[in-house]
Amino acid sequence: MNGWDWIHWLIFVVVILGFALSMIIVFIWTERKVIGRFQLRRGPNRVGPMGVLQAFADFIKVLTKEDIVPAKADRWVHLLAPIVAFVPALLVLAVVPFRDGSILADLNIGILYVVAIGALGVVGIFMAGWGSNNKYSLISAMRTAAQVVSYEVPVVLSIVGVILITGSLSMVTIVHEQQVPFILLQPLGFLIFFLGTTAEINRSPFDLLEAESEIVAGFHIEYSGMKFALFYLGEYAHAVAASAVITTLFLSGWKGPVLPPVLWFLIKVGFVFWLFLWMRSTLPRLRVDQLMGFAWKFLLPLALFNVFLTGAEVLLWEEKMASWGNFPWPFLFLNLALAGGLIVLWSKFFRLGGGRVEV
Amino acid sequence: MGTGSELAFWLLAVLIVGSALAVVVLRDVFRAALFLVLCFFAVAGIYIILSADFLAAVQVLIYVGAIAVLIIFAIMLTREAQRGSPSNRLQIPVLIVGLLLLAVIVAVVVDTSWPAADVPPPAPTTGDIAEKLFDKNEGFVLPFEIASVLLLAAMIGAIVLVRERKEE
Repeated sequence: MNGWDWIHWLIFVVVILGFALSMIIVFIWTERKVIGRFQLRRGPNRVGPMGVLQAFADFIKVLTKEDIVPAKADRWVHLLAPIVAFVPALLVLAVVPFRDGSILADLNIGILYVVAIGALGVVGIFMAGWGSNNKYSLISAMRTAAQVVSYEVPVVLSIVGVILITGSLSMVTIVHEQQVPFILLQPLGFLIFFLGTTAEINRSPFDLLEAESEIVAGFHIEYSGMKFALFYLGEYAHAVAASAVITTLFLSGWKGPVLPPVLWFLIKVGFVFWLFLWMRSTLPRLRVDQLMGFAWKFLLPLALFNVFLTGAEVLLWEEKMASWGNFPWPFLFLNLALAGGLIVLWSKFFRLGGGRVEV
Repeated sequence: MGTGSELAFWLLAVLIVGSALAVVVLRDVFRAALFLVLCFFAVAGIYIILSADFLAAVQVLIYVGAIAVLIIFAIMLTREAQRGSPSNRLQIPVLIVGLLLLAVIVAVVVDTSWPAADVPPPAPTTGDIAEKLFDKNEGFVLPFEIASVLLLAAMIGAIVLVRERKEE
């Protein structure tokens, strides 16, 4: 390791921290504004022009709050939980390419690293749930355990489709291989990954672990002040990381015409986040059994089918390469049609609104 | 091995041994589980020093992401977990078995000569691992498949055992 490496690492650590923090602030403001519009109100509009300084005002308010630790809490676990929950989101950003060559570390196992690190955040939620010594916190942590274990499976399987096409785990190679965004070639994969990630970062309609109406605020019920702020920021940091990963895997990362690559990357990240917001303000929260049923009966079979289909297509494509030109257009349309058809068919088996889903 | 990685190795070694001891010694079962997570994580660090990045990612994915989560889940479902882990009359036999196991491991470690290869480690390890595992002639495709079927059978068996029976 020579001197230049250290400078590269230093610069990118600063860049990623800056990117994450500024995106978190932008996202908080966007979320409150967009949700406001969805609900036919204005959203924050008092602090600064169009309320852009609202996040800072909230931040100062939360910092000046008293830091409360419950008497029977496990002090150390209680203290460390927000940190353990926050850090993985930043670690994921280390392998996301902002444009060609602008990346902290182009690991050749990039996407596997993302999945592995993503599994760490849940430990923080466990620690909060157990350490607070509160029944609601504990219920929330148990829900998280079930949720994460279930949704991890379809998420990883949906990535396999992308890996089969690109033949690489490296995030940079994955972007380079995307002649068209993979959302068109892997519509099923995108859908499953998007929904699974929404569940893993605990955003509505999968936010059972903090369901306000049932278990108050779930795992962060006993948190106040800076520690609560860290959880709050962590939630958005995970949203930033998830949006960046989805952009890289399915929306061809930094690629795009006319505009500079970094701008394209930011636009796409913002778009994915907007999809999260759209879903949050449209759909009601699922029940626990519905949540499990959705993962195991809807996402998992479709993910398995997607892996099988993509594998067959990759094999066929290797044979037919010469006669079809350099892009598998037939597969693109076939996949889009199959995805649409399967989703409609499969959803016939479900009645999420009704009674108990048979497990 | 440079001084940097040597330093990292000793730091990780201390971390692993320390957290592993904490897992055994601590009374609080939940904290013990957390130290187990730390231990798994530090072992992944050792893999990275050995240039086995794929193995490190898999270690974190499986041990931290799945096994530790399941252990913590099990602890949360245990009603008596708050009282810690009281010892019972198996204390002495377990100590003997543990010491015997330790003796065997130490004997093997001391006895082995640990040869180090002169070739630098392969840069992307994934391809080589895949070829070793799935090669048509010398690979382990059949054992791999059998293991998968075995796990599937275990899973289905678990579901069958737990499933509520409908009234007949």
